[in-house]
Amino acid sequence: MAKHHISMTLNGEPTEFLCSTRQTLLDVLRDELNLTGSKEGCASGDCGACSVMVDDRLVCACLVLGAECDGKTVESIEGMADGENLHPLQQKFLEEAALQCGICTPGVLVAAKALLERNNNPTETEVRYWLAGNLCRCTGYDKIVRAVMSTAADMRENAK
Amino acid sequence: MESIQFQKPETVDEAVKLLQGADGDARILAGGTDLLVQLRAHMIDPSVIVDIKSIDETRELKKNADGSYTIGAAVAGAEAHEREDITADWPGVIEAWDLIGSTQIQGRASLGGNLCNASPAGDSVPAMVAAGMTANIAGPDGRRTLPVEEVTAGPGKTNLKKGEFIVSFNLPAKPSNGGDAYLRLIPRTEMDIAVVGCGVALTLDDSGTVTSAKVSLGAVAATVLVVEDAAKAIIGSKLEPEAMSALDAACQAACKPIDDKRGTVEYRTKVAGVLARRAVSIAAERAGKN
Repeated sequence: MAKHHISMTLNGEPTEFLCSTRQTLLDVLRDELNLTGSKEGCASGDCGACSVMVDDRLVCACLVLGAECDGKTVESIEGMADGENLHPLQQKFLEEAALQCGICTPGVLVAAKALLERNNNPTETEVRYWLAGNLCRCTGYDKIVRAVMSTAADMRENAK
Repeated sequence: MESIQFQKPETVDEAVKLLQGADGDARILAGGTDLLVQLRAHMIDPSVIVDIKSIDETRELKKNADGSYTIGAAVAGAEAHEREDITADWPGVIEAWDLIGSTQIQGRASLGGNLCNASPAGDSVPAMVAAGMTANIAGPDGRRTLPVEEVTAGPGKTNLKKGEFIVSFNLPAKPSNGGDAYLRLIPRTEMDIAVVGCGVALTLDDSGTVTSAKVSLGAVAATVLVVEDAAKAIIGSKLEPEAMSALDAACQAACKPIDDKRGTVEYRTKVAGVLARRAVSIAAERAGKN
């Protein structure tokens, strides 16, 4: 069967690609569009390293088919910084060293951003449950959770 | 590797034709959280994948004039959980749905998929059964409705015929003085597969006597169980210790579990009784607050 011709909005830009039915959105991002920020950890939706937003909903890109994305709006980690200006979460993760090997970091950042856009005053429990689908193989969860809480506090302060 | 067709019908009839006319295995894609894993693991080899999300009926979540809800088969758990009306009316159904997977999975996984994947441990299923939900099925012979407990036939198997698929579900209007609850046991606190799950829906009269009840167990048999003797044990009671013991015993008697890494037959059986007691207590407390 011929490949599917898909048009979507990716990080604000109209984007077109060809894919076979078997290719996931993660395969498309990494192999067709050369955006390798989203990582493949498990390819079964357990680890969250491929977390992206599709139509404002946090999902695992490994569990979405590329062919499903026609007309969709997709945001990946590559769209998080505004040019040279890091997103406050990215800045905070650097300042507080909330990462070790870095494989889980893009997914954690995308997921944390989705949380803070819904709730800029989450409890630690809410942060931990929200990020329960983002596995850190270095087990550096405490620093990640603290960085998210601390970014949320900054965002609340800046909103005043 | 065989190439797989991908189809995105916009009407129910078109979907039925694609499913019926498929040469080989046709698979429905809603949230994809089971389908894509099975595809990747080569557990399935479909000739066509039919994405049903462009069919409006599969995506709607509406409260009807009579207080019941129509829930599209492809509605994601997060979309339901964000609705205050359904969460207030049927907290048990929503908490069961909300237990499935991470935030990422919640954004995609559907009730139709959780049911049709036909895992004996599917979390949403006992809660749907207890609440009296029915599945609206479309197929080559038109539409039919099945109670949720009659949809699954065994692990990985449903009673849907070739060409049929679930379009939506009906969730009854919440009865006055009604309450529901779902509890499951897992070895950790989040993101695991049920060792046992128990859904309960009941109604009380003004004196606190149980007037109707439905008790459902998951992960203790090849398909979800409706435990009629458990309901009988509490109907007419005020949930006195004797009634709760009879409920516990009825649930234990209904279990036909397997031994696996998550639990032994003895453990699952005992836990089924304990979860039923607790779920009944929560459902009754919710019913009493109405």
